[in-house]
Amino acid sequence: MSIDIQITVVDRVGETHLLVAPTDMNLNLMEVCKSYDLPVKGTCGGMAMCASCHCYIESEHVLREASEDEEDMLDQAFFVEDNSRLGCQIYMTPALNGLRVVLALESE
Amino acid sequence: MIETDLLIIGAGPTGLFTVFEAGLLKMKCHLIDSLPQAGGQLTEIYPKKPIYDIPGYPIVMAGELVDNLMEQIAPFNPGFTLGESAMTIEKTTQNTFIVTTDKGTKHHAPSVAIAGGLGVFTPRKPPIEGLAMFETKGVEYIIKDPEVYRNKRVVISGGGDSALDWAIFLSEVASEVTLVHRRTSFRGHLDSVDKVMALAEKGKLQLITNAEVKEVHGTDKLEGISVFTKEHGQQKLACDHWLPLFGLTPTLGAMGSWGLDIEKNAIVVDNSTDYRTNIEGVYAIGDVNTYPGKLKLILCGFHEATIMVQSAFKRAYPDKKLSFKYTTVMGGVGSLD
Repeated sequence: MSIDIQITVVDRVGETHLLVAPTDMNLNLMEVCKSYDLPVKGTCGGMAMCASCHCYIESEHVLREASEDEEDMLDQAFFVEDNSRLGCQIYMTPALNGLRVVLALESE
Repeated sequence: MIETDLLIIGAGPTGLFTVFEAGLLKMKCHLIDSLPQAGGQLTEIYPKKPIYDIPGYPIVMAGELVDNLMEQIAPFNPGFTLGESAMTIEKTTQNTFIVTTDKGTKHHAPSVAIAGGLGVFTPRKPPIEGLAMFETKGVEYIIKDPEVYRNKRVVISGGGDSALDWAIFLSEVASEVTLVHRRTSFRGHLDSVDKVMALAEKGKLQLITNAEVKEVHGTDKLEGISVFTKEHGQQKLACDHWLPLFGLTPTLGAMGSWGLDIEKNAIVVDNSTDYRTNIEGVYAIGDVNTYPGKLKLILCGFHEATIMVQSAFKRAYPDKKLSFKYTTVMGGVGSLD
């Protein structure tokens, strides 16, 4: 049976959104945000190549380590902090229930 | 002035396949793209990524798909204006269009198909206050003529190949080269990384890692920048040029002000007819358009292109009757002439 998880996303104007995400569809955070019409472009389609889904992880969840590709992309992004990640690389699993993220600002 | 039957803006997969479908109807096509090569994001962003949803191909690399499309459209001999962005569009009294690029190249066609994908690839600009003031006055995102930097003090930011390559090249040209990078490791080619490290050791360039340029200084032109590191905080650095090389990112660009209906950074089209926009004679196909139920897939772009050219044909040749033929009936595209 599929388990739905709840995640909290704070958008770029500070508004908080509670999203429900299925964990059996191989969805990533970028896709979940897009399905809720949040302002996440996902330009590259989830290949860690555009940083338009750059976000900060605010909760204590332990995530899969960032791949070399993700690190490289974050390298070219702006407003990068220690808790920066690309939403497209965060896949929805039951362990991420209660995840809280803040969308990073975009430069132009 | 370049004359064509159908002007295609964007030489990505959708734009390229449009040439094929238009070619079957004996229409000549010309493509404009801001990138120096055809293929759009497939070539620019992910040439080595596999694509799994092209009918008939269980797996195909993005770069290979573009090569195949180029081969497929070669018999139709399309024209290309590459490395130039479509800037303006004007409607003539004959109900045709003139599209002019940023370099002034003019194109004339009865119909325009915008297959602009994500938009025009433009340099990613760091969010620094007052940065725009120094653009072309010391801050450059693209290096056009390296001689400009001869005997000048240059700061380069970035950790990719272009930052590394230019740091290596300019270390022989500029009087001083400083490479500022956010991390300690570089993602460029190993060979380039080694070269940069060696140059840094020899004192031919200064390397500042775990650092970010946070401020730009100057009055009429750039006079310096401030670099922020976690260890040393902010430090000022005098320089004549700063080259922030953070890659390219697509934006709708000039097309956004052509009077087209735009929704969520995409051009609104009528998908129940022929992917027409609100401007008669201008169509939008592929990732650049939006309509209820839109899916941004290459294969959807192919479909949209096929439907659209039927309509563009009627605009190019209003007196000719159009009869649809299968390529199998024609015996391939070679027998078209």
